[in-house]
Amino acid sequence: MRLSDLPKGAPAVVDRVDDAHASDPIAQRLRDLGFVDGEPVRVVAVGPMGGDPLLVQIGFTKFALRRAEAARVSVRSELAAA
Amino acid sequence: MSASSLRIALVGNPNCGKTALFNQLTGGRQKVANYAGVTVERKEGRFTAPSGRVLHILDLPGTYSLEANSPDEQITRDVCAGNFPGEAVPDLIVCVADATNLRLHLRFVLEVKRLGRPVVLALNMMDTARQRGIVIDVPELQRRLGMPVVETVAVKRGGARGLIERVDGEVPTAAPVQTDDAASRADLHAQVREILAATVTMPRNTAALDDALDRWALHPVFGLAILAVVMFLVFQAVYAAGKPMSDLIGGAFAWMGEHVATAMPAGPLQSLVVNGLFGGLGTVIGFLPVILVLFLFILTLEESGYLPRAAFLLDRLMLSVGLTGRSFIPLLSSFACAIPGIMGTRSIQDPRDRLATILIAPLMTCSARLPVYALLIGAFIPTRKVWGWFNLQGIVLFALYLAGIVGAMAVGWVMKRIRRDKSEHALLMELPSYRMPKLRDVAIGLYERGAIFIKRLTGVILGLTVLMWFISTFPGPPADATGPAINYSFAGYIGRGLQFIFAPIGFNWQVSLALIPAFAARETAVAALATVYLVGGEATGLGHALAGQLSLASALSLMVWFAYAPQCMSTLAVIRRETNSWRNVAISFSYMFVLAYAASFVVYQVARLMA
Repeated sequence: MRLSDLPKGAPAVVDRVDDAHASDPIAQRLRDLGFVDGEPVRVVAVGPMGGDPLLVQIGFTKFALRRAEAARVSVRSELAAA
Repeated sequence: MSASSLRIALVGNPNCGKTALFNQLTGGRQKVANYAGVTVERKEGRFTAPSGRVLHILDLPGTYSLEANSPDEQITRDVCAGNFPGEAVPDLIVCVADATNLRLHLRFVLEVKRLGRPVVLALNMMDTARQRGIVIDVPELQRRLGMPVVETVAVKRGGARGLIERVDGEVPTAAPVQTDDAASRADLHAQVREILAATVTMPRNTAALDDALDRWALHPVFGLAILAVVMFLVFQAVYAAGKPMSDLIGGAFAWMGEHVATAMPAGPLQSLVVNGLFGGLGTVIGFLPVILVLFLFILTLEESGYLPRAAFLLDRLMLSVGLTGRSFIPLLSSFACAIPGIMGTRSIQDPRDRLATILIAPLMTCSARLPVYALLIGAFIPTRKVWGWFNLQGIVLFALYLAGIVGAMAVGWVMKRIRRDKSEHALLMELPSYRMPKLRDVAIGLYERGAIFIKRLTGVILGLTVLMWFISTFPGPPADATGPAINYSFAGYIGRGLQFIFAPIGFNWQVSLALIPAFAARETAVAALATVYLVGGEATGLGHALAGQLSLASALSLMVWFAYAPQCMSTLAVIRRETNSWRNVAISFSYMFVLAYAASFVVYQVARLMA
């Protein structure tokens, strides 16, 4: 599942970040920010217009991501991971 | 490296408190606020350590990674690697990390360590960490990281004592240089996890207060309502609190002017002092309280951590006009002055987003326009209560600010069309923890703002006012003059020449003339109008003089002109510097001139028909 499809509040774990194109700086930055395998992640809020951007809690930090950015992150539900 | 001096660079993730530490160490007054990307330049300071050693401190823009994505991050990368032109490699790197956010910040610490330079880690915000029940095993952290670790509280007096002692001591030995590749980068996260598990206990991942506040502040309906109310109240308050003080100061200067006038012999010198200095400058200085009230709100909002939330709420709207949520903060700074706003765009990664933001930043109503608006509103808009408790003057002011914003959105939309840009733009913005604004930081910010205003007043505005007085007074009228003396002066000729251009939008020759010094500093328009009217024999104060000489349609047109017109040279100069292109300067100037002229024309003609 993609982080952009994750319902608000549902706990999940990051699988990996996929490059949208060759040497994708956004994907690299997401990895640097902690979107790496096994990291718990949650959508805590969505923007008022068109449900964009998403507010994502990862580690101790909250990041605002647009849906297109969040779509690069592949996640699995926490239950499956346990 | 000599034993008596040491070059230290402060690096770290955005918003971890580097600049607060810098100010604490050097006694500096650099701007601090609660959002990522306040510092976009390299700043240098120095202080003498207890041992007598001189420490040169470099404050650098925050970055998540040495793999730089934006112009401000490149500065940090280049300084750390010793590639920054004219800057030697630092002898010691002080890596600053937010103790409440170590999962993110430690990764960067490990990345910096691999540069193979001496590093000290400053664990900042230790007070907040303790309040939240976070326990950090510092000796163990130090052992695992292989670098000295000190605790700091950058916002408290004496909160950097441990850091000073450490950097004043022996320089720690550097870790070996490690090469950088994808596998080793992924490995950093594994190391961070291991270190955190062994050294940090956190009762919960986030501050409970943040979660509670965000439920309201980011709510799709209440969030937008709160944002609208906050913005509206700011403008109401600017009027309710700032205006009475302004009137008081303006009145005091007029009174002083009268007394000086009776003490001086009549003649050109008396006219210069009374009309130029007390009349012209006194009118401008009266608007200082209005500006300070506006800044009190801006600084408080900046410190609180609310601004990135506003950016979150507005991102989609800004995207639809070719901008990004990240443009929000530079645009908001432009309400103070477009210059820091344009420089603040360095934190925007995407060059197209950055250019779009730079081009529309001058449409945000800068504080230098506030005196002009306040003067015109005071003279032409009645003080009336609307819907019970809203002040009509406050509403007009709000509408003028809104006109700038709407204009900026329209321009952004048009630019997006012209670019036919379908590619992706990144947001990736961190939302910081809320924080109680520190009285001291707000006070420093207000002081700095006031100082800038006074400096402009005694510098460029004073110079231009004297010049305006000169051209309004000389040459004197011929012996057979029939009209007022000022009609025969240089000012009269220049103003009437300009009037050909500006008559269709309702400006008389005095107003047309005042637009010239306004190009150097917008507040000067007020001083210039005061000088011209006072020299021209209007003795009843500028507000009355204007109300008698201009129609309401002309006044409205003039306000709209100031909302859109390209006026300040410094802004154009900074656009040239930041984009390195005269073409962008030409684009900015011409689109704003056309926009201002067209909008003023429409407003003037419509208002005249309705009157």
